Amino acid sequence: MSDSHAPEPAHSAVGTDATAAAHDHSHDAEHVAKHIKTYLIVGVVLIVLTAVTVGLSYVDFGSHAMNWVVGMAVATFKVCLVGAIFMHLKGERPTIWRFLLFTGIFVVGMFLLTLLHWYDPIFGTQQAVR
Amino acid sequence: MAAITSPHAHEGDAHLHAHDDDHHELGFWQKYIFSTDHKVIGIQYGLTGLAFLFFGFCLMLVMRWQLANPGQAVPMIGGALQSIFGTAAFAASETGAPGMLTADGYNAFGAMHGTIMVFFGIVPIAFAAFGNFVVPLQIGAPDMTFPKINMASYWCFFISCIFMLISFFVPGGAAKSGWTSYPPLAGIADSAFLTFWNGQTLWLTGMVFNITASLLGSVNFIATIIQLRAPGMTWMRLPFFVWAQFVTAFLLLLAFPPLEAAGIFQLMDRVAGTSFFMPTGLVVNGNVAPWAGGGSPLLWQHLFWFLAHPEVYVLILPGIGMVAEVIANNTRKPIYGYKAMVGAIFVLAFLSFVVWAHHMYMTGMGAAVAAFFQTTTIMISIPSVILLTALMITLWGGSIRFTVPMLFAAAFLPMFGIGGLTGIPLAFNATDLYLHDTYYVIAHFHYVVAPGTIFAIFAGIYYWYPKATGRQLNELLGQIHFFASLIFINVLFMPMFLQGMAGMHRRWYDGGAQYEQLSKAVVLGHTGLEWNTVISTAAYLLCLAQVPFIFNFFWSMKFGKKIGRNPWDSTTVEWDAPSPPGHGNFDKPISVHRGPYEYSVPGADADFTPQTDPPANSKAPDQDANTNSQSVEKQH
Amino acid sequence: MQIPYEVTSRPDTGLWNAKLGIWLFLASEVMLFGGLFSGYLFLRLGAEDGYWPHGLLNVPIGTFNTAVLIASSVTIVLTWANLKMRNWVMAQRYLLTTILCGLLFLFIKLVFEYPEKFAHFGAYIKKESTAKYEAYLGNEHARSNGLSPRYEISGHLEAVEVTVAGDRAPLATFAEKNKLKLVEHPAGGEGHGANLIKVEGLDHKAGVSPAKMEKMARIPGVTIEKFELALDPGNADPSNPANDRPHFWHQHATDKIATIDAKDVSWASSFAPKHSSYFAIYFTITGLHGLHVLGGVIVMAYFYLYGGKLYRKNPEHQANRIEVVGLFWHFVDLVWIFVFPIFYLL
Repeated sequence: MSDSHAPEPAHSAVGTDATAAAHDHSHDAEHVAKHIKTYLIVGVVLIVLTAVTVGLSYVDFGSHAMNWVVGMAVATFKVCLVGAIFMHLKGERPTIWRFLLFTGIFVVGMFLLTLLHWYDPIFGTQQAVR
Repeated sequence: MAAITSPHAHEGDAHLHAHDDDHHELGFWQKYIFSTDHKVIGIQYGLTGLAFLFFGFCLMLVMRWQLANPGQAVPMIGGALQSIFGTAAFAASETGAPGMLTADGYNAFGAMHGTIMVFFGIVPIAFAAFGNFVVPLQIGAPDMTFPKINMASYWCFFISCIFMLISFFVPGGAAKSGWTSYPPLAGIADSAFLTFWNGQTLWLTGMVFNITASLLGSVNFIATIIQLRAPGMTWMRLPFFVWAQFVTAFLLLLAFPPLEAAGIFQLMDRVAGTSFFMPTGLVVNGNVAPWAGGGSPLLWQHLFWFLAHPEVYVLILPGIGMVAEVIANNTRKPIYGYKAMVGAIFVLAFLSFVVWAHHMYMTGMGAAVAAFFQTTTIMISIPSVILLTALMITLWGGSIRFTVPMLFAAAFLPMFGIGGLTGIPLAFNATDLYLHDTYYVIAHFHYVVAPGTIFAIFAGIYYWYPKATGRQLNELLGQIHFFASLIFINVLFMPMFLQGMAGMHRRWYDGGAQYEQLSKAVVLGHTGLEWNTVISTAAYLLCLAQVPFIFNFFWSMKFGKKIGRNPWDSTTVEWDAPSPPGHGNFDKPISVHRGPYEYSVPGADADFTPQTDPPANSKAPDQDANTNSQSVEKQH
Repeated sequence: MQIPYEVTSRPDTGLWNAKLGIWLFLASEVMLFGGLFSGYLFLRLGAEDGYWPHGLLNVPIGTFNTAVLIASSVTIVLTWANLKMRNWVMAQRYLLTTILCGLLFLFIKLVFEYPEKFAHFGAYIKKESTAKYEAYLGNEHARSNGLSPRYEISGHLEAVEVTVAGDRAPLATFAEKNKLKLVEHPAGGEGHGANLIKVEGLDHKAGVSPAKMEKMARIPGVTIEKFELALDPGNADPSNPANDRPHFWHQHATDKIATIDAKDVSWASSFAPKHSSYFAIYFTITGLHGLHVLGGVIVMAYFYLYGGKLYRKNPEHQANRIEVVGLFWHFVDLVWIFVFPIFYLL
């Protein structure tokens, strides 16, 4: 398969784009090498948290809604880990942060406003979480 | 394999041609059909969109005949219509003449008129066609960032067009549940026919493809505007049209996916027998429907309108963008309040995501939701008014050139104003309960999109046609087109306000003939029914008014007046490219030195200073270009 | 003609094109899954008490699959890191591992999870008839313990009893073709006279699959009268407090058989999408998620097989491509992190 093609040593890369890239590269490679351990640790933490999620779902927190809050809190934490570390959102460019912020607002808006459909604070009617 | 010495060296001989397009003349198919050039794709979108716009218009003409002359066969072409669309849509009238629109046919034509006009006519033209053609040129880019994805977008759109067209010819005819496709009606519609081969399922499949095309397109637009701006083209030097397209692309990007989710839900309902939108105990034709139940039709409405309200701004924002370009160019003045307008479209876009349920006041949703959406809906009129006012003030004191694009752009302002202001009663819960689903609503949103956006589109076509073809559209034919359209479109839509306030419901198949009160309600000397005839006549005449345009469009390609690069004496960058621009757009490096609308600058040589003109005083360094180059150095 | 910033970053935005593109695409994906999840929430909050099932999915398998996806997220980020360090061989190994993890995920879903659901069967009892089936529903117990009422009896469909109006030949042909056995006048089949026919599997273990039962019901003249279910533990022993909450380990159907009259049933189906809002949204979201996994696997397989050429020409470009597919892959993982608790656990 492709493994059999011997790859060129990195710094022989050429061409306009490639030269510019090679220029940045030595800095990049060191930077990346430092992170490999972080990636492995985060992976292990995520798998442990999966087990925690499963375990917590069998604990009676008094009401099912409380189980929801706990479960979603753990899931959100996991998602933040994936986003910040694996997807490099930590230290990402402001352009990307800006439109992700708006996406987040709209998703939450969509959730909350459709929730209003079942929970009406004016008349106080409400559906319970089942 | 051997080590490579240069990026342009051919490794092996496998893909010899792939590397150097420049030396290689593309064949007809690659150049005009499966092209990755943004200009060709823009023109493809434009032609397909115009064809659908006309097709959707013709569907409406048939419906208008039925409304004005209920139960009568369509004259002259009735027989042909019946043989084309089949007996599901047309039948013989009482007198035996073939070609009377049936109730099912009326519903199908109505649903498809809405779908086609919105998703296959205006969005492809205003957003995809003009966006593709004009945006890269205006920001001084060689092409879109992802040319192949751009091509994929068009062909996805093309597939969705095929689905929509085929659906007219399947058993039972095209989708009949309105362009909003409300369940449970849409869920049970056509269930007598094959699961995949019926109008409603094809409609949903077509929409899924259409949405995919829009998503691919909008990713491309945003990335292009962020990444490929020419040196010196800072954000506040972008022409307003580019801003409008930028915001529109975000609306499409973020609002369309929930509709895709809803479309998938409805497809599951129709194909896999689920009951996302089927309530418990639904009774169809006297029998309990064969579904598990537990779903909610309101879920569809929430997801649908989450898209469809931002969609309204998808329709109007590119229109406002085009009008702003044309007005600035023809008043020979900078746009008044450029920054305020840019801010206004962002606020507009943001608010458009939180107003959707004002389409749902009649569903009996809670008072809290209604109060919330009523408030946001009223708030959204503020940025709209800022936009309109800024454009109006731009006219003030300008030495206006009444070219054909300017005529359309000038007419856009009051027309859009009427459309917008008549929306306010609909935003209020209490008045909406009365006006909901009447012809008042029809008149309101048609004023926004027909004499609004479509006039803006015409302005855009007359304005950028020379860039696309190298020839100008005929001025006289354009004026005939404009004045006839302006008169008839108002005679067409204005009486609908009166009919609506008299209580005429938007889905009456016979134009209200069966309803006593409408035939007696006299408005301005005519009963509601008599107005139907007036409106329909105006519609036929409006169709006639398009003939000069269609003729002009094709005739001028060959025989129009030849023009140079900048026939309108415009400042923006697209006019620096040859007309028509070649592959890669510009024949010289582009760098931008000033804002987009430097018209009539005191002390300048001409009454316009192109964005690419270097600063007159070379000792005063251009501030922004300087900062830009510094930041480049810092990166290295 | 060359599009600028395909590989290197534009100085003022600090981004190269495809990275911006994929993030925009992911933003729209967030809205897509946001729409799907808000559908879930809407249906769940709107569900009538007792009509939102719990504990029907196989939690250990789901947990394992979650771990598989997380592991693949780690390997794809390591692929990228190794490409950045210009370590081609290791990168290819990690990429292959990622692809295999994706395929394993799909394999488990399509071979273990979905078919098991399609073979299972549940019948919702009409509200007015629940008293008749109290022994299986245990609503007294539920009420006294403050639990939601139960309306569904589920298990393994062992046999159905049918009546035939007119010609019996089509049913006989159908039975022969589908390896079913017809028993006339079954014991205990009172109330339907001589007409009642019991249909059961040749192989007792197989029973009558719900799909066969549905096909049989469409034969002209055939009416389903009774379902015979080997009950799930929750229905076999409904007042046992051990069954009040979902179990971690998958519960197999017991040997206890219940006969349910079809006229007491409001809705009966295999655990397919049409079973209930719950399975409808479960299959829709996991199905769409599965398509995303498949898409990611296809793209990664392409990069695995054909990436070498680009890598030799411009290694940074290949690293960028892997970063892009990696971002997509992390997103797929991220969706699953929410899917897993809301369907399997809560």
